Amino acid sequence: MTPFTYARATGPADAIRMGQGDGAKYLGGGTNLVDLMRETIEHPATLVDVTGLSTAIEPLDGGGLRIGAAASNTSLAAHPQVREAYPVLARAILAGASGQIRNMATVGGNILQRTRCTYFYDDAARCNKRAPGAGCDAIDGFNRIHAILGASPACVATHPSDMCVALAALDATVRLDGPEGARELPLAALHRLPGARPDVETELRPGELIVAVDLPALPFAARSTYRKVRDRASYAFALVSVAAALDLEGNIVRDVRLALGGVAHKPWRAEAAEAALRGKPATAENFRAAAEAELSAAVGLRDNAFKIELARRTIVAVLGELAEVQA
Amino acid sequence: MRFIVNGASMEAQVDLRTSLLDLLRDHLGLTGSKKGCNQGACGACTVLVDGTRINSCLALAVQYQNREIVTVEGLAEGAALHPLQAAFVEHDGFQCGYCTPGQLCSAIGMADEIARGVPSIVTADLSAETIPLDHDELRERMSGNLCRCGAYNGIVAAIAETFAKEPA
Amino acid sequence: MSVIQDAAQSVMRTAIAYVPDRWVGTAGGDPLRTKHGLLGAPVSRLDGPDKVRGAARFAAEVTLPGMVYAALHYSRIARGRIASIDTAAAEAAPGVTLVMTHLNAPRMNKPPIMMTAPKAAAPSDLPVMQDAEIHWNGQPVALVLADTQEQADHAAALIEVTYEGAPAVTSFEVAKAHAHHPPTILGEPPELKIGDAEAALKGAAVSVDHVYRTPRHNHNAIELHACTVAWDGDALTVHDASQLVNATAWTLAQIFGVDEKQVRVTSPYVGGGFGGKCLWWHQILAAAASRLAGRPVRIVLSREGVFRMIGGRTVTEQRVALGAKADGTLAALIHTGVVAMTTHNNCPEQFTFPARHLYAADAIHLEQEVADMDMLANTFMRAPGEAVGTFALESALDELAEAMQLDPIELRRRIEPAKDPTSGHDFSSRHLLDAYAKGAEKFGWDKRAAQPGARREGEWLIGMGVATATYPYMRFPGCAARIRLGADGQAVVSIATHEMGMGTATVQTQHAAARLGLPLDRVRFDYGDTTLPEGTLAGGSNQTASNAGAIIAAHEALVTELLKLAGNDSPLAGLKVDEVEGFDGGLASIADPTRHESYASILARAQRDEVVVEAEGAMPLEGQKYSMHSTGAQFAEVRVNAVTGEVRVSRFLGSFDCGRILNAKTATSQFRGGIIMGLGLALTEETLFDERSGRIMNPSLAEYHVPVHMDVPEIDVIWTDAPDPHSPLGARGIGEIGITGVAAAVANAIYNATGKRIRDLPITLDKLM
Repeated sequence: MTPFTYARATGPADAIRMGQGDGAKYLGGGTNLVDLMRETIEHPATLVDVTGLSTAIEPLDGGGLRIGAAASNTSLAAHPQVREAYPVLARAILAGASGQIRNMATVGGNILQRTRCTYFYDDAARCNKRAPGAGCDAIDGFNRIHAILGASPACVATHPSDMCVALAALDATVRLDGPEGARELPLAALHRLPGARPDVETELRPGELIVAVDLPALPFAARSTYRKVRDRASYAFALVSVAAALDLEGNIVRDVRLALGGVAHKPWRAEAAEAALRGKPATAENFRAAAEAELSAAVGLRDNAFKIELARRTIVAVLGELAEVQA
Repeated sequence: MRFIVNGASMEAQVDLRTSLLDLLRDHLGLTGSKKGCNQGACGACTVLVDGTRINSCLALAVQYQNREIVTVEGLAEGAALHPLQAAFVEHDGFQCGYCTPGQLCSAIGMADEIARGVPSIVTADLSAETIPLDHDELRERMSGNLCRCGAYNGIVAAIAETFAKEPA
Repeated sequence: MSVIQDAAQSVMRTAIAYVPDRWVGTAGGDPLRTKHGLLGAPVSRLDGPDKVRGAARFAAEVTLPGMVYAALHYSRIARGRIASIDTAAAEAAPGVTLVMTHLNAPRMNKPPIMMTAPKAAAPSDLPVMQDAEIHWNGQPVALVLADTQEQADHAAALIEVTYEGAPAVTSFEVAKAHAHHPPTILGEPPELKIGDAEAALKGAAVSVDHVYRTPRHNHNAIELHACTVAWDGDALTVHDASQLVNATAWTLAQIFGVDEKQVRVTSPYVGGGFGGKCLWWHQILAAAASRLAGRPVRIVLSREGVFRMIGGRTVTEQRVALGAKADGTLAALIHTGVVAMTTHNNCPEQFTFPARHLYAADAIHLEQEVADMDMLANTFMRAPGEAVGTFALESALDELAEAMQLDPIELRRRIEPAKDPTSGHDFSSRHLLDAYAKGAEKFGWDKRAAQPGARREGEWLIGMGVATATYPYMRFPGCAARIRLGADGQAVVSIATHEMGMGTATVQTQHAAARLGLPLDRVRFDYGDTTLPEGTLAGGSNQTASNAGAIIAAHEALVTELLKLAGNDSPLAGLKVDEVEGFDGGLASIADPTRHESYASILARAQRDEVVVEAEGAMPLEGQKYSMHSTGAQFAEVRVNAVTGEVRVSRFLGSFDCGRILNAKTATSQFRGGIIMGLGLALTEETLFDERSGRIMNPSLAEYHVPVHMDVPEIDVIWTDAPDPHSPLGARGIGEIGITGVAAAVANAIYNATGKRIRDLPITLDKLM
């Protein structure tokens, strides 16, 4: 680990002031950043500890919730209103990592965690994310855990967060503050697809800090869930995960929210599938057609082509579960 | 820097890079907490901070000044083992003993989480007020603690017996 | 890990096939062989309280004055030379004491590789940091010593190395084109033929013929490899995490050119071994750097370092072909294949060994080849050979049973041999069919649907499978024990043996207490230190029998001495050694227990404070006359998700025939532990070796998936408890058999659930979609 300086922020303004300048990084629970520093992938010159910032989870006027970025993953999953009104979010968080890590990890840090691509982690391998222009050893290597949607010739890594998949489905907004002032971004627009610059992973501007996440009111999210498919029964990253909320009027899909994890460089909001379903009867056949609409553009690599079918099947099963329809 | 470990206040001059785990093991002589991966993937380093279980290998010590840290060395009351420690011995909840301190601290933190109503991914009803201490709940919640010797059955039996006896 | 001892046994085998029974073993008339009491009891492990308190001190927890911390820099190519190595930045980094490379490392002798001498323990005979040659991707090329671990780690990352690459064989397919017979497979010939198996296969009424594949694995004990070392002149002390202290001391002595007696290795606690905690490069490099720096050194490998530098189980490709006659007996049994190895080690993963002893067949062909690759030396990992060999053989038997419309257990009943099918020796004790019967009843095998895919609950397809477990009995020569009996009635028994969680120390304390007639708390068992009488390595599941044999021998010497001291005024006067036993704190006549004298009384009369004896166990000749193997039946129930292909093992039962069980509690844990590692082998574990670079790509416990709590159901374990008439205490070691057969039982259950036959481990969900 490269030496660094450390400062603990007392509030957002304090954090942003200290977070300016090259090499400053915001430190939450450290569950990803400390690991990456130890792996000599991250070399911050300054760590600005933002765990002292707001951990509050409070109702928003007009419905919805505001979540302080320093709230722990556990506290968010355990929050009564989250469990009641956004079960997809509670379940997504609880599907991730371990109890210990969820206790440490902050909401802001979870959003900004980096890929688990093994070639990214090994500095003996070529990686455009670590060293832009170096090439990618994953495309023709072990890529069982890699992307089937939105990948580029430069990068096929996936975003590992479970929580973000639920946030994408719920149309969450990320509240940012920074040297140029405060702004908001939809969670689904925060992370980037790799394109030619996989090293630029988000739309955050230099020195910008996530201060909160807003969940809009979404009454039908009470009928929502998260399903994660992985290589162990617990404590493993997703091969494919599905976050879904379903609004039924009788047997007709009035509205639906669908997002996929483990399939792309960002939490993947399945808008094509949603569009294909709205106004249609909630049948297994329509669920399959919706899944197909989303995955028709999917591309499999040497080891991960199974994810395309796995994603299809998991979407159908999850929607079927929410609609109580037999697949 | 000042740390409160097992009820005692301790001073240590440490590198900013030093993890809470290395602080305990290399600077404070508390080698009960173990290093198995140094990457948050095995749970052997689990300690309690203000009653909450965390992976001390991923924690920079500097972030944990003036917090109440409890390690495996702080569980027993003098000569008397903590009931969970005694149950681990009785149910053979370990073989080599290396993951054991982490399993113990994790289980104590976990029991508190259940008592506080924190759900898990296997909790069927997220809105339930009380969560059963059943086999699946215990296994899921302890899955952040690897045991390569494979003492899982004994660990779960010891936890179930201890916290069924005296609800946390 | 049978190594040299096994080779020696094989050579002796023919010569001493007619050893009379009184020479065979040492347990012929031993009353403890069948006596119940302390032996067999579910005694909680005696080191338990220290372990749950965090008071057990492991190798990385020994602190020495002036100690510095080590970190390593690893090569990034598989073959070639170091062209340049720039250590200036590392040397200038804060806290750095030394940077050691091949340019300044002390000259060391070539490591004596395993099986070249009785105590040779080097995993590979490559010179250690002595030249610029690179032999595998991940080879350590520089070592940094610094005042703190943080400083050492940082400095190691500042080292810049350039390489001149050379062509490397990092593809198994390429290597297989030049596969060849190794000189021996642990002392056995690489090819064994009885009759013309290929012809018999062609003529068989029913046959199956398939290829099975198993990947590389890593032991991944949770304790990282570590040692703390210090020199005092030419005397070296190594506080190690070791499963072979004596062999480590001897081998380090050869490497550093000092006398074996000058090297002390201690290893009181080992945080898991499974074959991985042997001598590797880190102990050698730490000792070399310590010598160069003149400071004690602690080295703790990172988890990545463990993957880069500690070998694991190698990849195998195995063909099993079975030809059956109409009556369900075997006309042909063929088990052949190839594993990856290197030119600098000797570990051919003896996957054909199960087929040598398990089943009767008219014609047999067993053959193993090795394919040389440029990679880290592979090594022994829990039940080397048997763990992966039983996957292929026992899957094939299930396929044959299916083809014959025969119950898999019935098939095994029909091919149960009367004698060892390849050696022709009598079995010392074999109750495999009994284990099957008891297991089937307890597991509810009769509820298994013969047709695959017949049981479904919601998304979950449910199936049952079974497979045979097997592991040889081994007792190694050269194991000695010392007994110190004090006038205060306390005994200390010591052997330089190993406790890695198997229960060694607890079981041998029980044994010694029972033999001495003392309560458990009056006996202490010392182990894990080369200053103690020489023990055997912890491998090949030999320790229980080897230690028991040594304690029996030492006890005989003790009784001889005590009877001499007791003299003519004792109630024991006139009794011979084999006429007395330890009883109630002293010795008593076996025929007439009222003839008894306490140890305190004997020693007081003789005016002695203590009696100390030391003796070596009898030569392990029992293995030459008899075919001695443990067996078992592994029963699995799995649930396979019809949507996602996820597999959950919902029930598991192991039914074992392993001789006498000496501690019901620790034995259960050993069996379960093996079974759980078998579940990992079946479903989740694979070391990803990138064949382009020869580099391991998942050197992490996050990406190498060992089973977690949620993967493991309640595992039921039962045993026949039939004492082996020819082993000390009637026991056979149980550390490894648990993992054998598990992968096949799971694969067979998956077939029963889904109708899909997977012959390629691990059975990940994509293979079942």
